[in-house]
Amino acid sequence: MMQVLALEVPYWGQSLLRVLGGIVAVLLPAGTIVYVFLFKMMSFMQSRLGPMEAGPYGSLQLVAEVGKWLQKEDIVPERADPRIFKMAPIVVLASTFLLVAVVPFGPDAWFTNFEAGVFYALAVSSLSVLGILMAGWASANKYSLLGGLRAAGQLIAYELPMVLAVIGVIIQAETMNLQQIVVAQNAGEIFGFSGLGNPYLITQLVGFVIFMIAVQAELTQAPFDMPIAESELVSGYMTEYSGFRFLMFFIGEFATAGVFALITSVLFLGGWGVPFAWFGWTDVDSVSNWMNIVGPIIMFTKMMLIVFIIMWVRFSSPRFREDQLQRFAWKVLIPVSLGNIAITSIFKVVM
Amino acid sequence: MIAIELLVAQNIGFAVIALVMIVAALRVVTTHNVVHAALWLVVVLSGAAAQYVLLAAEFVAVTQVLVYIGAVMVLFLFGTMLTRARIGTERDLNNPYRLLGIPVAGLLFAAMAIAIVSSFGDEQLPSDPRVIGIPEISDQIFGAYLLPFWALSFVLLAAIIGAIVLARKD
Repeated sequence: MMQVLALEVPYWGQSLLRVLGGIVAVLLPAGTIVYVFLFKMMSFMQSRLGPMEAGPYGSLQLVAEVGKWLQKEDIVPERADPRIFKMAPIVVLASTFLLVAVVPFGPDAWFTNFEAGVFYALAVSSLSVLGILMAGWASANKYSLLGGLRAAGQLIAYELPMVLAVIGVIIQAETMNLQQIVVAQNAGEIFGFSGLGNPYLITQLVGFVIFMIAVQAELTQAPFDMPIAESELVSGYMTEYSGFRFLMFFIGEFATAGVFALITSVLFLGGWGVPFAWFGWTDVDSVSNWMNIVGPIIMFTKMMLIVFIIMWVRFSSPRFREDQLQRFAWKVLIPVSLGNIAITSIFKVVM
Repeated sequence: MIAIELLVAQNIGFAVIALVMIVAALRVVTTHNVVHAALWLVVVLSGAAAQYVLLAAEFVAVTQVLVYIGAVMVLFLFGTMLTRARIGTERDLNNPYRLLGIPVAGLLFAAMAIAIVSSFGDEQLPSDPRVIGIPEISDQIFGAYLLPFWALSFVLLAAIIGAIVLARKD
């Protein structure tokens, strides 16, 4: 039985806590990202203040926005396929919620301790493509269909380098379980020096860069925002959506950014842990109980750091052309990540 | 009368998922829209993934999702949407030789039933199934099944080269 702050929690209680925690872990980062980065950081980068009226420094702007969206009429185009059209945003959002299920936040603060964790995350993240294709097709709009097709082509192309970049981490950690990847990084040492642990950011720097580029493309953030290119395709696959279905796409976009940032921090930055040598811990069982509270805070900090990078690139880059985008994935990222795998496995065998 | 020992959670889960899969599989062939058929097929394939999870084969389940839903079905939808996917019902979707499917399906079922019965017989699953670890799977693939694995890789490589040759115009 799991102990949370010296309280015995029965199994159903644990499950309930985990479901609630999962919802919080998706929606809280999404809201924070939208306010801090989309409203404020983008405004500052453009020498303006951003929302200032609702709440102190406009901090309640998001509440106002959500209220506005919920009041709007939920319009389905006359010639659209209504059932598929209505289902599409749910599929996109569901893939985000499924994604967070494997992310560990502390020694006991996980939702599922899944053996094939990384693999599961990569598989589930590809489900959002289905939702995007459904949205693009069911809208009965040429722009939507083109946006959906572009999205599918892009997501398929960038999923490969993403998987290949993760393989380097898997080889080094000798496990696919995200919890054990965290432990392997924090219990590790660099040439006998264990004060930093062994974050794979250092040894897998190439993998990290490839992974971040692929995440940028998977999230369809600029410079990879071909699918929703507003100057060419109105708003891509989202063109016909209004009201709370648009809100679902919107939440999905930023929640997925948050969850991918969480996964990146688990894979490359040591996740929830601090270097175990600081407190004399050796493995996950010897980690003190208070890490269940501190761990999520550390994760949140790292997530904000990574989302900051994603958003920084988004706000300051022009858009790729479609053929450049495909060429970059197939001719640069995939060969480099294959080389990274080869070098990592050579080092693994030799050292 | 169903025996009491059959009414365990796994069996009920299996029955529910299997029912969903059967209904979805029937809809794949009876629906009048190509995209709807593909989406029903997604339901069937995710049902198969759920069955793998029930059998404690997590890795296979995730592979099923990654390969079939994440890649094959997306390519399928991509292809149909690029060429002929119309919204609404289409009447000319049925193949004139569709009745041939019945003997083929019957034959396939018979072959699989014979294969499963002859290789497992009365053997029962362990009552407390153990999740097979990924290292064990890779030990098997790169140990006992290395030759078939190489043969499959070679076939895939040949297919990739064939695709490039077909796609190149010059």
